[in-house]
Amino acid sequence: MTILSDANREVFIFQPMHDLPAPLESVGIIGWLRENLFSSKVNSLLTMAALLFLWKTVPPLISWAVTDATWSFSPDPCSIEKTGACWTFIFVKFRVLMLGLYPEQFIWRPVLAFAIFLLVCGLTVFRLLRARFLIALWFFLPLPLFFLINGGMGLETVDQSLWGGLMLSIGLAAIGIIMSIPLGILLALARRSNMVLVKTLSIGIIESIRGVPLITILFMASVMMPIFLPQGMNINNLLRVQIGIILFSSAYIAEVVRGGLQAIPKGQIEAAISLGLKSWTVTCFVVLPQALRHVIPSLIGRCVALFKDTSLVIIVGLLDFLGMIKASAQDPEWLGYDAEAYVFCALIYWIICFSMSQYGKSIERHNRW
Amino acid sequence: MNQENSPIIEITHLNKWFGNFHVLKNINMTVHKGEIIVVCGPSGSGKSTLIRCINRIEKHQKGKILVAGTELTTKMKNITDVRRDVGMVFQNFDLFPHMTVLENLILAPAWILKMPRKKAEEMAMALLERVQIHDQAFKMPGQLSGGQQQRVAIARALCMNPKVMLFDEPTSALDPEMVKEVLDVIKKLAEDGMTMICVTHEMGFAKQVANRIIFMDQGEIVEENDPDEFFTNPRWDRTQKFLSQIL
Repeated sequence: MTILSDANREVFIFQPMHDLPAPLESVGIIGWLRENLFSSKVNSLLTMAALLFLWKTVPPLISWAVTDATWSFSPDPCSIEKTGACWTFIFVKFRVLMLGLYPEQFIWRPVLAFAIFLLVCGLTVFRLLRARFLIALWFFLPLPLFFLINGGMGLETVDQSLWGGLMLSIGLAAIGIIMSIPLGILLALARRSNMVLVKTLSIGIIESIRGVPLITILFMASVMMPIFLPQGMNINNLLRVQIGIILFSSAYIAEVVRGGLQAIPKGQIEAAISLGLKSWTVTCFVVLPQALRHVIPSLIGRCVALFKDTSLVIIVGLLDFLGMIKASAQDPEWLGYDAEAYVFCALIYWIICFSMSQYGKSIERHNRW
Repeated sequence: MNQENSPIIEITHLNKWFGNFHVLKNINMTVHKGEIIVVCGPSGSGKSTLIRCINRIEKHQKGKILVAGTELTTKMKNITDVRRDVGMVFQNFDLFPHMTVLENLILAPAWILKMPRKKAEEMAMALLERVQIHDQAFKMPGQLSGGQQQRVAIARALCMNPKVMLFDEPTSALDPEMVKEVLDVIKKLAEDGMTMICVTHEMGFAKQVANRIIFMDQGEIVEENDPDEFFTNPRWDRTQKFLSQIL
């Protein structure tokens, strides 16, 4: 601190203090351990208990699933000597689990479709395309992939009753998500509309769909819809179920999006209209981008839930991934491998759902699609 | 009457209710081109509502509002026309937080005037320079201080090349250290000949810049006077009381 002498008075000159390093025990690994695992007696106790629990459960699981397991690709049943899992069962059933009863000679078609699907997923996750192209691509994608799997236009048609396995689950979920997000946004906007009729209609649709379980909607789609359709008009079962899933999901997404819309301060809209922007411009460029950003976690949550909900289609006679797992476990030649079947099923579901959540997190982190 | 002195805003017998609450009572007011008008009064007196009626963010129920010759009616075309002619700056800045500063500015010119992006960006940069913040053009609003945000908001309102600017308590949400930088920008605008109506509690600013001061209480215009008269020799006791409380 210096003192500057003036003719009449003294002035103190303010000089900010230098930054000091943080105390050692509060940073680094030791700091982290202290802070998070051993911050108090109770916390230390809980840490020890958790470690004990992991020590008792993880090693047996690993020995069952990996070290003691049979990994043979040969299609013979596993020997009883081995105490671990019999993954041979999964290898033998792999094609059925993935594709259902899809004819073997056309297998390249769903494989190619899946490769394209993965490619687009990659483009999305690594943000290699601009958002508007990505959105267009996702909207366009189901059509060629459908033709590839279904046949038509030169390719031999494969009956849809033969589709199944993971292919069916992913297909139903992906199309469900792609269609229900825009539909849900429209329903949410309609619900916030000033036009009483539009608003009432939207509330009616959303609340009546939300009021019934998905199983009911699937039954309605599968069994009731044909009764109401005019004679001669025929929509196949798979499409009906798909429509049911889309409707169900869009009602929930509409409510999620409405939450986001309500979080936008009125001032944002006032600022936008005071510039002379028309109401649809305000909605598309000011309100929706912010609203959707607010609801990404719950939106991703809805997508994950939708993917898992597709396993309910088993009750209307479609054999999705879980259905195929169940059917395979009941194969008389391969009895007694339920554990392997369901662990594998859980693992695949977990990988897909976890990836979706991670993508959601990365959207939040990067603050863009 | 020559062109310079033609009224740009004419409000006659304006009445407005929020439900059953009579917020604006028989307001008459004329603003000429180049005039700078400060509206003051205690909170709840209807000053914000009055200027929000001028670009129809609030609907009025009775009376007539003419802005640059266009009457505000339920006709959407008239409303959008008026909003393009009237720029507005809000208390809480209300920048669009998901866009950069530059994108905030070019949104309206790009969508309303169909201005090519490059041209819009040049114009926006020029305006940002005018409010002395062009070095922040590519930041997000959240990264700026309150004073900087408010200056961006002023530039955004200027983007549509408005004939009138409305300021709704532009410095009330700012830290004291930042009030001056915003007022300086508004003063500069005033010197450049912009017509403006400013709702504010900054009496020093009002004294310096205003051509006319309007004092409102309980939904009515109590006193309309030139600044010197207003501060030294107010006509109404209510004005005197208000001034004695804030000065």
